[in-house]
Amino acid sequence: MSKSSKKQFWWNNAQYRSLFFQVLLVAMVAGFFWFIGSNTLHNLEKRGISTGFAFLSQKSGFGILQSLIPFTDADSFGRTFLVGLLNTLLVSVLGVIFATVIGFTMGIARLSNNWLIAKIATVYVEIFRNIPLLLQIFFWYFAVLRALPSPRQSWSAGELAFVNIRGLYLPQPLFDDGFGYVGWTFVLAIVATVVIARWRKKRQEETGQQFNIWGAAFGLIIVLPLLVFFAVGSPLSWELPVLKGFNFRGGVTIIPELTALLLALSIYTATFIAEAVRSGILAVNSGQTEAASALGLHKSKVLKLVVIPQAMRVIIPQLTSQYLNLVKNSSLATAIGYPDLVAVFAGTTLNQTGQAIEIIAMTMGVYLTISLTISAIMNWYNKKIMLVER
Amino acid sequence: MTVHITTPTADKAPPASSVGVMGWLRKNLFSSATNSIFTLIGLVLIYKIVPPALNWAFFTADWVGSTKGDCTSEGACWVFVIVRIKQFLFGFYPPSEYWRVITSFSLVGVLVAWLLIERTPKKGLVAAFTVFCYPIIAYFLFYGGSFGLPVVETHKWGGLMLTLILATIGMFCALPIGIILALGRRSSMPIAKTMSIIFIEFWRGVPLITVLFMSSVMLPIFMPETWQFDKLLRALIGIIFFQSAYMAEVVRGGLQAIPRGQYEAAEALGLSYWKTTFFIILPQALKMVIPGIVNTFIALFKDTTLVLIIGLFDLLAVVQAAFADPKWLGFSVEGYVFVASVYWVSCFSMSRYSQHLEKKLNTGHAR
Repeated sequence: MSKSSKKQFWWNNAQYRSLFFQVLLVAMVAGFFWFIGSNTLHNLEKRGISTGFAFLSQKSGFGILQSLIPFTDADSFGRTFLVGLLNTLLVSVLGVIFATVIGFTMGIARLSNNWLIAKIATVYVEIFRNIPLLLQIFFWYFAVLRALPSPRQSWSAGELAFVNIRGLYLPQPLFDDGFGYVGWTFVLAIVATVVIARWRKKRQEETGQQFNIWGAAFGLIIVLPLLVFFAVGSPLSWELPVLKGFNFRGGVTIIPELTALLLALSIYTATFIAEAVRSGILAVNSGQTEAASALGLHKSKVLKLVVIPQAMRVIIPQLTSQYLNLVKNSSLATAIGYPDLVAVFAGTTLNQTGQAIEIIAMTMGVYLTISLTISAIMNWYNKKIMLVER
Repeated sequence: MTVHITTPTADKAPPASSVGVMGWLRKNLFSSATNSIFTLIGLVLIYKIVPPALNWAFFTADWVGSTKGDCTSEGACWVFVIVRIKQFLFGFYPPSEYWRVITSFSLVGVLVAWLLIERTPKKGLVAAFTVFCYPIIAYFLFYGGSFGLPVVETHKWGGLMLTLILATIGMFCALPIGIILALGRRSSMPIAKTMSIIFIEFWRGVPLITVLFMSSVMLPIFMPETWQFDKLLRALIGIIFFQSAYMAEVVRGGLQAIPRGQYEAAEALGLSYWKTTFFIILPQALKMVIPGIVNTFIALFKDTTLVLIIGLFDLLAVVQAAFADPKWLGFSVEGYVFVASVYWVSCFSMSRYSQHLEKKLNTGHAR
C-alpha cells in the first residue's frame, strides 16, 4: 500500500497537475505583460510621449461636423470624446430602430403565403447580406447621395423639408414656455398606464374579469397631453429651413454622412434580423398553432398568446447579437467622415495628441461597456423568459 | 330481397380555377384582397427596378474600348473595370511576377478541391501537405527572396489577391487558437477558464476597426524597437486575435453539443484528457461546427474590407483609389457594382455550400 503510493509521481495526480499548469499559465501571461510593459515604457520615453489623462483637459482646436451638445474648437479633448460618444449613440439608436422595423417586416414577408412577396423578401435578404457593409456605406455616400442636386435645385416637400447634396433639411420644433406641462403630463400618463396595466393583470388573474386597456392608454397618453397642450395655449412653433445665399439656414440639418451610414447599417443589419425572425417563427412547432386553434382561439390571439411568445425565445438572443453588431459596425463611420467616437476620438484626437494608449483604451472601453451591458441585460431577460422544463 | 348494385360515378375533376396555372396564381398570388394588392405592389416594384437595372448593366452597356471616350451609350461603362482589371486583381504587384500569384492560388485551389470532393484518395496526405508545406511554398511564391525569385514587398500587394490572403491566413491561424480558447473556456481549471473568457469577451466586445487601429498604432509601441512589423503583418495580427475569439465561440457550440455520454465512455475506457479531446470529442465537435466555421469565414471575408481604413489596398480600396484617376472620373457606380458582385458571388456560394454541408453532416446526436 505505502509502496505503491510512493511510486506515484506528482504529475500523475490530477490536482497537482492542474495547479502546475495554471501556475505556468499565470507566469506566461504575467511575463507577456511585463515584456509589453517594459517595451512600452522604453519606447514612450524614447519618443518623449508623456503618459496620463492630462490631455483630456487641453484645448482641442478643431471643429466637428455634427454635435448634439454645443461644441467649439475652444473646448477640450475631453469634450470631443463626449461629442463622439453621443454621435455613436445617436446613429446606433436610430439604426437599431430602423433595422428592427425593416428586419421584422422582411422576416415575416419571407414567410408570407404570397409567393411574389416571399420571393422579393428573399432576394432582398440574399443580396444585402452578402455584400460587405463598408462597400454599402461607400455606395450610399459616394454614388447615391453625391448624385443629389445642389442647394439651389433642392428637392422640396411643400417648402417644409428640402433634400440636396449637403443634406436633409427639416423644420425644427421650438418649445415655448409652458411646454414643460405637456411633457410632464405625458410622463405621468405613461406611469398611470403602467399602474393600470398591473392592476388589470392582477384582477384578471384573481377574478377572470377582463379590462380593455387600449382605450384607457390612448386617452391617457395621447388625448390628455393634447388637451393640456391646447389649454396652456399651444406653446410650440416651427422654424423652417430657408435658402440663404448658397445654403439653407435654420431648421434641423441631417448631414449626408449620417444618412448614408444609417441607410447602410439598417439595411445590412435588417437582413440578419429578418433571418432571426424567420427562424424564430419556423421554430414554433406547428402543433402549437393547431392546438391553439383547436381550443377556439381567434387567429390574432393564436399569434399573440402562442406563437410570438415562443418565437421570441429564439429571436431575442439573435436580435441582441445583431444589435451589438450594429453598435460595433457604426464605427465604420470613420471611413466616410461621420464624426463618431472612432473618427473624432481615435482619429483626429489621436493624431493631435499622440496619446495612442490612453485613447485606444478609452475607445475600446466604451464599446466593451456597451457590449457587456447589453449582453448582461439580455442574459437576465433570457433567463426570465426561458422555457421552464420539468 | 333485391340487390342494389350501384356503379360509382367517376370523380369530378377539380374546378378549373384551382388547378394548373390559374390555380397556382389564385392560391399563391391572389388568395385574398390584401394579397392581391401586395402582389400588384410587388409587380410594380419589379417593373420599376429590374428592367432599368438590366438595361443599364447589360443591354446598353459599353464593353470594349480603352478610354473614357469609348463609353458612348447611356448604360454602364464596363470599360473602366476591364481596363483596370489587373490592378483590381493584383494591386501593384509587378506584372512580370503575376504567374507567382496565379500558381499559388491555383495550387491551393486544387488542394482544397481535392479535400472537398468526395472519394479522392490519400486525403490525409493532401491535408498534411496543405497545412504544413503549402504555407511555406506560398510564402516564397508571394514574397520571394529565394530560389531566384525577386522580392515583392508587401506594400505592393493589393486588390483581390490581398483580400484573399488576409481572409485565408486570418482563418488558418485563428482556427487552432480558437480551439484552444474553446477548450480553455470549458476547462475545469478556474484560472485557465477565466483567462479564456476574458480573452474571448474582450475581442468580441470591440469593433474590428479599433482592433486594427490598435495593432497598427500600438503594436510598434508594445514591441522592442528592433522588431519591425510591416503594415500587412500588423493588420494580420489584429485580424487573427479578433477572429480567434469568434472561432472559439463557434467551436464551443460544437463542444457543448456533444452528449455527456461521450465523455463518460471515454473516461471509462481509461483515456486521458488529451486523448479524449483529440480522438473522441474534437472530431465530432469540429464536424458539427463546419457550417459555423464557413459562416465565420464569410464574415471575415467581408470584414477584410476594413483594412482600407488603416491604409492597405484590398479590392475595395484599389477600386476606390481608381475613382480618383482624372481620366476616369464619374464611374463610381460601375466600380462598386463590380466589387459588390465579386463579394456577392463568393459569399453567396460559400453560404450555399455551408447549408449543403449542414444537411449532409446532420448525422449527429439529434433524436
